[in-house]
Amino acid sequence: MRKLLFESVFRQPLTEPAPSAADAAVAELATAVGQTARRRLGRSLSIREVDAGSCNGCELEIHALNNAYYDVERFGLRFVASPRHADVLMVTGPVTKNMREALERTYHATPNPKWVVAVGDCARDGGCFAGSYAVVGGVSEVVPVDLHIPGCPPTPVAMLRGLLALLEQAGANAVTS
Amino acid sequence: MPSLIDLSLEGRKVGQHSPWLRVVVDASVWTFAASELAHGRWSLLGLWGDPATVHMAIMDGQAADIAVISLDCPNRRFPSVGRHHPPARRLERTIHDLFGLSAEDSSDARPWLDHNRWGVRFPLGDRIDALPKAAPYRFLAAEGDGLHQIPVGPVHAGIIEPGHFRFTASGETVVRLEQRLGYVHKGIDGLMTGASLERGVRLAGRASGDSTVAYAYAFSRAAEAALDLKAPERAVFLRALLAELERLANHLGDIGAICNDASFALMHAHCGVLRESVLRAAGAAFGHRLMRDVIVPGGVARDIGKDGMEAIQAALDNIRLRFPALVELYDNTASLQDRTVDTGTLKTSLASQYGAGGYVGRASGRSFDARRALAYPPYDSLHFDVPVLNEGDVNARVWIRIREVEQSLSLIDQILSRLSEGPIRKEVPLGGEVREGMAIVEGFRGDILVWLRLRNGLIERCHMRDPSWFQWPLLEAVIENNIVADFPLCNKSFNCSYSGHDL
Repeated sequence: MRKLLFESVFRQPLTEPAPSAADAAVAELATAVGQTARRRLGRSLSIREVDAGSCNGCELEIHALNNAYYDVERFGLRFVASPRHADVLMVTGPVTKNMREALERTYHATPNPKWVVAVGDCARDGGCFAGSYAVVGGVSEVVPVDLHIPGCPPTPVAMLRGLLALLEQAGANAVTS
Repeated sequence: MPSLIDLSLEGRKVGQHSPWLRVVVDASVWTFAASELAHGRWSLLGLWGDPATVHMAIMDGQAADIAVISLDCPNRRFPSVGRHHPPARRLERTIHDLFGLSAEDSSDARPWLDHNRWGVRFPLGDRIDALPKAAPYRFLAAEGDGLHQIPVGPVHAGIIEPGHFRFTASGETVVRLEQRLGYVHKGIDGLMTGASLERGVRLAGRASGDSTVAYAYAFSRAAEAALDLKAPERAVFLRALLAELERLANHLGDIGAICNDASFALMHAHCGVLRESVLRAAGAAFGHRLMRDVIVPGGVARDIGKDGMEAIQAALDNIRLRFPALVELYDNTASLQDRTVDTGTLKTSLASQYGAGGYVGRASGRSFDARRALAYPPYDSLHFDVPVLNEGDVNARVWIRIREVEQSLSLIDQILSRLSEGPIRKEVPLGGEVREGMAIVEGFRGDILVWLRLRNGLIERCHMRDPSWFQWPLLEAVIENNIVADFPLCNKSFNCSYSGHDL
């Protein structure tokens, strides 16, 4: 372990370099968290992930947000274990009927102000599972959705971009209200 | 001792079923098969329903012979297999939930996937209205002084799939764990009915996100078996390349995640980087990080270019450079070994009884690997070892994965060096009126079975069986007498699929 730790002292970090102005998605996210969200939420945005029936593909890419390349925590975004600690619910899947109540209860357990981000194609309208006797068909059928990030599954960069859009909207509401 | 071939002589052979036999048998042969399973002479590969028939896929491990037997159920009942052979129980409960066919004298008649929320009962059989109010689900009893229950889920603390775990503990020690699954049931079997092969393979690729390649692979091979179609040589090798990249990415991610559950985040960080390097290479080579929708009946939908091959080679070089130090770190960290050695031990007898596939079986002395045992191309012409250990603890499951990472690296090298030029896809014929096919493919967590019946080129019935069906019940067994805090380690070392199981 000493060898690995020692090596990391000299090795360049793997984290994607501090985004330049040209690097649209990541750069905008960094500034938006810096200004908009900080005004509204302080320095951090806590996310509770809820799998409401996904195939687990979205979860794999959400996990990737935490790896050394994307390292979302540097933007003040972090995943939390309980809806009671969350500002954002990140919901995946076509919402199976068997998960409907659990999603509703998780939503109600999340304190205000809160936002819901629906992640993935099936979270929009059920995707390829739409029409099944076992799915509701889209997160917005069960809880109000503020933002949808498309993709099957969306890449980690697409998710970062989506979270930016959410922060801008939240910031705009804060200014007008 | 009768062989499967003898058994098949007892019944009526079904014409268009490839590549293994399917025979329609009577109840006595069905029950005989169940008792052979119970005596460990054969192992159960799958048990699934049709509107008025039940099917059972069985394997004679000695002869590596496979057959499907079918029993018509005009009275909507069939003799229970689970009564003799416990691995069949959840499958029988599912057949009842979906088709309304009941297992006679079954020892567990509780619903499984049906939580009485679909608005309909027996959705794939004689659909009837749901019960006005479902009886509360009865968990199995665990009673005694000082026992307490810990209910967990369906929404868990981490970024994972939903399911419910009911722990009964005495202090910190778990005396019973009971799972309740079905939360992710999307009705995929129902959606498959009447679908085209094109839609079918998309659905198959979304049965379990981490095995999207393996499912599309198994589905395509089953469809090709039914239609007597042979994929072109280049596609055959590309499929194995995709499957090994998927295995590599999942094993690397899981090795780190298991260590993370023992609060050893350094491994998690480094393994996460290696996993990401595989996903990026896959994205560069095939246009999708998880390699979704690449394998299709008839071949593959995307070819790989020179850049893609270089990206994969660079990822492999990086893993070869970095991975040995991580293995050494795992092996030499006493605090980590303290958590993984002798934790969550799966007995070899149970692994064998349940026909546990993948690293779960191979860490407990069961050497079955579909790539070797069934030697489907191109694996019949590639060199690789199937690592096997007997300890059956979390540590053994980690080591099997470490060895499999090394094997996959070697396999990918062989595949890249032998990739021949040529077409990647064949036209898929419509086929005759009714054709049936089955395939078993080794996914990263074990053998995935796909059985389908086509009518005039459309799917009439498709059943997919995830390896998790025979691994989930074993997780209940291994946690006993371990402490609650070791559950995440046991669970992650199994990494059973919820979506693939619930479908």
